[in-house]
This record gives sequence, structure tokens and C-alpha cells, in this order.
Amino acid sequence: MKSSRRRFLQIAGISALGLGAKPVYDAFAKEEHGDKPEIQILKNDKALIAKQWAMVIDTRKLESTEALDPIINACHKIHNVPTKLEDKRHEVKWIWEEGYHHAFPGKANRFLDEKVENTPFLVLCNHCENPPCCRACPTGATFKRESDGIVLMDFHRCIGCRFCMAACPFGSRSFNFRDPRPFIEETNKEFPTRMKGVVEKCNFCAERLAIGKMPACVEASNGAIAFGDLYDPESEVRKLLKTNYTIRRKQGLGTEPSVYYIV
Amino acid sequence: MNDKKIIIAGLLVFIAIILFPFWYGLLKAAPAPELKLTEKAKAAKECVRPTEYMKAEHMQLLDEWRHSVVRNAKRVYVNQSGKEFNISLSNTCLDCHSNKADFCDKCHNYASVDPYCWDCHIDNPKEKK
Repeated sequence: MKSSRRRFLQIAGISALGLGAKPVYDAFAKEEHGDKPEIQILKNDKALIAKQWAMVIDTRKLESTEALDPIINACHKIHNVPTKLEDKRHEVKWIWEEGYHHAFPGKANRFLDEKVENTPFLVLCNHCENPPCCRACPTGATFKRESDGIVLMDFHRCIGCRFCMAACPFGSRSFNFRDPRPFIEETNKEFPTRMKGVVEKCNFCAERLAIGKMPACVEASNGAIAFGDLYDPESEVRKLLKTNYTIRRKQGLGTEPSVYYIV
Repeated sequence: MNDKKIIIAGLLVFIAIILFPFWYGLLKAAPAPELKLTEKAKAAKECVRPTEYMKAEHMQLLDEWRHSVVRNAKRVYVNQSGKEFNISLSNTCLDCHSNKADFCDKCHNYASVDPYCWDCHIDNPKEKK
């Protein structure tokens, strides 16, 4: 057989391909048969899970500021919320009290019954099913967690642009205009603080749910606040929603808040 | 080609100046810092991963941990020997390595990096005031 230049190049090319493929094949084979135990990242066994966490606040059981204070303090204490800031414009709030007119502006009649008029309402992040804050965030620092519907913050990514604060119709977000550390009354060392220049808000106690505990405000409320899965018909919140007339804040905006109020 | 000598001499000077950081460093390089371990860390013998890996890759590990906790709500890390760890910088890492000044800072200063972990994370969770 006469070997032409073309024939020679063809054989050389195929041989080179074969030689080159061998190490790649070996690498794959090695990976498949590696007998080292694998590194895993798992959920805690005790973690509470839900499709969409929701809260029902029974305002009939929380009629005065004195009743709300321990709940607010419990939250602010475990999350290192700076409460000693005197300038109202620098205030950082996770959960706080609000009058009916401010909490439910669309539902406030000119003449209200005295009871509703004088009841302080507990307000917090509504963990909306359609959260406008997450759409506004340019860095993905705030997001709606697929696994349980909590609207969470990744403080590492927050650049402090405050678009989310402008987008939130409930004023649930606060900006750290100052380094919060000197203004924390009593530091809970197991939870991080925040730094100057980030936005913060209620996290539905994601860190407690992960180890099987109910949120701090629910625990401190003596049964006035119920917490559970909105999409589980057997959950405590669904049972309460079935048997009580409830309202939500600014429902007309279509953000689908997950915090319900029994009035 | 009459300027050959001048050109070569000039080139040598140029190369010497360009390489200044290298030969200057050779003479004056600070020795790598020696890390002090706490009693607790010594007793544990091994970190979540082997020491060599931790030295080189702890930042990647922390990045992975952060992502898994914040985004996926997964807080338990199982290492190669099957041991479980609670994923937490403050409550796991810094519980053992509670000597920030002698452990974290020493190397970070040497490498001239300034991580801002401690702006938020509390450096020694179990320290008593």
C-alpha cells in the first residue's frame, strides 16, 4: 500500500486523539470508583418544614402595649436588634406596634369602634408570597426561600442601596445608618449582629425553625400568635383561618402577606 | 552597533529595577507566622477537614457553608470521617478557635488580607465578660 501524505496525517490525528482520551477516561473512572466517604451537607433532623410559613395574630388576646412588649423584647433580644438608638430616623425594627389606622390604612373607617381604635397591632415583615422587595434587590441579597417561603436576607450581599425599603409597602425593613453594635442592649453571642450600611428585617426566626423551635415571638405570646404551614390544611394556622374572620395588611396591593390578624 | 555596551548596561539596570520587589523580598521577607492553637483546638486534633485543606481552602469552605445555611437552610456538615458539625462560624469555628488575635489575625495580617467577618459575627461566643 502506497502511503500518501494525507493517509499519514489521518493516522497521526487519530492516534493523537486516542492518546489524549486515555487520561481523561482514567480521571472519570477514578472519580466513579472513589471509595472515600462523601462530604455531605444536611438538614437538621429536628428542623420544622413547611411550604409557606404563615402567622395568625389574635389581637383579641393582645389588647395593650404591656401585652406586646415582652413579645417585641424577646425578638429584639435574641436577634441583637439595636434598641438603644435614640434618633427615631435611625431606628431598627423587626417587630413593633402600630395603630389600626397605620397598620390597615385601606380598612380604616372615619368612625371606628373604640376597641379597634385603641388596640395596638403587632406588625412585622409579612413574608409575602409575592414579595416586591425581592424584585427590587439588585444583588439578590434578599430572596424568597423556595423551601419554606421565608423572605430572607443574605447580609453578606447587601450593598445598602435601600431599594427594598422603598419597595416594601409595610415599612418592614430598617437600614443601619450607624454601626449597630454599641446600641445593642444585651448581645446574644450565638447570633451575629449586623454592620453599618446593610438593611435588616424579621427573618421569621429561620435559625430557630432550623433546629426545631418555634419563632421567639410565638413562644413569648402565650398562645396569642399561631404559626404554621399555610398550605397544610391540618396546620394550626389553617384551623384558625377556617374558624375566624381575619384581615391582612394592604391586601389590595397583591403581595399576598402571610401574616393574618384576627380582629 | 557602537552603543552595545551602553545598551546592555542599561538593560541590566532596567531588569534590576523591575525585579526590585523580588530581590528586596528575598533579603527581607518576614517569616511565616506560627499559629497558636487553643487547648480546645489541640484536644480536638483535627478540624472539620484536614489541616492542610483548612489552611489553603477555609475561605471556600466558609463560602459554601454560608450559602448552604442562608439559601438552603441546611446546617449540618458531615465530613469525610462521618463526623457531624453545626454549620456556624461563630458557634463552631470560633468556639474552638477562640483566640482571634493569635489565630485568625496573625495569618491575615501576614497575607495582608482584611476579611470583614467580624463586623457581624461575634468572635468569641462563649467568652465571659
